[in-house]
Formats: sequence, structure tokens, C-alpha cells
Amino acid sequence: MAINWFKYSAPTTFYGLAGKLIPYFAVSAVVLFVIGLYIGFFVAPTDYKQGEFYRIIFIHVAASILSMFLYLVMAGYAALGLIFNTRLSSMMATAIAPTGALFAVISLWTGALWGKPMWGAWWVWDARLTSELILLFLYLGFIALHASIDDPRRADRASALLAIVGSVNVPIIYFSVKWWNTLHQGSTIKLSGTSMHVAMQQAMFITLLACWLYAIAVVLARVRSIILERERHTTWINELPEVKQ
Amino acid sequence: MNALDIWMREYPITYVVLGSYAFAFIIFAIEIAMVRHKRKITLAQISMMREAEEVE
Repeated sequence: MAINWFKYSAPTTFYGLAGKLIPYFAVSAVVLFVIGLYIGFFVAPTDYKQGEFYRIIFIHVAASILSMFLYLVMAGYAALGLIFNTRLSSMMATAIAPTGALFAVISLWTGALWGKPMWGAWWVWDARLTSELILLFLYLGFIALHASIDDPRRADRASALLAIVGSVNVPIIYFSVKWWNTLHQGSTIKLSGTSMHVAMQQAMFITLLACWLYAIAVVLARVRSIILERERHTTWINELPEVKQ
Repeated sequence: MNALDIWMREYPITYVVLGSYAFAFIIFAIEIAMVRHKRKITLAQISMMREAEEVE
């Protein structure tokens, strides 16, 4: 039986679907966080060079990857909204921005915490760090621009342009350690292999997956509120049990 | 070396847990609380709108 996926591109049907999916993503995220942190703190060995400080990477790497990836997803949704004028795409872009910004904050904060004992400085104007900081500013700019325009459809279009133009920063962050001579280390995990201990890899990937599931759950919850807010004048919203109460 | 440098080298696990993981989970908790609050106030606004329409 073929599933009509376009059916879920309408806020009317997506609202219900999102409500059903949130508990699965949220519970899976909690379980994976517990497993990932258990492996990260109790199974993974101490690093011979960095000591216990390296354990910051389990959250730092996950937050950094998500901050970049969420930006691309946000820009993708914003572009879809701009090109096809689909309401849900713009709502999704608006819902992703705060979560992406918070992951960028976590990435910068945990990076500073790792930098102090390893480099002897909380912050250096290194290409990787600076481009990640610019990513945070792009998220904040997107949120501020959207909030400053009263008409939501005009706000969607204006902020979509910023999101699309800003997406050029994501490959700059990723390749900064290759293009420039940076203090920040290059990729430890490459296609050719890695020197990381297997337990460290497991902890990192499980925490990354947990952060992913958390982000999906919280974005779905936020987009439901945005749908309620934007569609409040329609009849289907008045038919919802939570509104009738 | 200041006091924080000495402390972080004496208690690296506490430094890592409190500084990064506790911070990240507090951020997550604040975000969840904000999302829940947003839903609550949006539903309250809609019910107020409905009541106003019924009065009219």
C-alpha cells in the first residue's frame, strides 16, 4: 500500500502526526543519553594525553555536528517555503532555529571548557571557533529578523533569505581545519579509519544519536505550538480536543 | 596558575561533569520548559479568542 507522504506536508495532518511521534523520540533520546554517558564515563578509558578532560567531546562533538546540520535543515525548509510557498516548511524552519542556536551555544561553551586545560585559553580567534561563533550569530539573526516582522508570511520570506545566504558558513566551519592552519584539531574519524578507542567511538555516536532524537522531539513540540498560533482562525483548530477543553 | 586551574586539574571529572554535561542538560531543561510554556499560552490565547467570539 502506497503512503501519500504529501498528506503530511499540510499542517492539519502534520499536527496530529507530530503529537504521536514526540514521545517515541523523547524516550529514545533519554535512553540513549543514559547508555552513551555510561559508556563515556565508565567504560571508555582515560586518554593518555588529555586525561579525563577528553570526556567533554561526547557532548561537544554531538552539539557541534547538530548545530551545523540543523542549520542546513533549517535553510532547506526555509528554501522550500520560499520557493513553493508551503506553510509547514516555513514553520519548521522557525521551529528549528532556537534548538540549533542552543546547540551552537553548547558547542562553544564546552569547547571553551576543553580549551582551557588543553590550550591554556578559554577562547582563541581560531578559524573553527570563529566560524562556529558566526553560526550562532546567524541563528540569532534569523530568530530576531523573524520576530521583528509582524506579518508571519513576510517574516518567513525575509528570514528564509538570511538562512539560505548564511548556509555558506556551514562548509566553512567544516573545512576550516583543512583550509587554514588552526589550533583546533582536524577530524579524528576519517573514511580511512580512526585511532580512537572503540568505547570512545560508541559513546560519541550514541550521544550524537541521543542529541538528534532530542532535537527532533523538541522541534516537533515547538512546531505544534507554531501551527496552533498561525492556524488559530481556522475551523480545524477549534475542533481539536485540547482547544475544546 | 590561578585557583581554578589548580582545582580543574585536581578534580577533572567534576570539572567535566559540572561544566559541560550539567550545563548542557540545564539548557535542555530550559528549552523543554519554554516549549511547554509556549504551548500552554498558545492554547490559553485560543480559548480566550473562542470565548470572545461566543460572547459576540
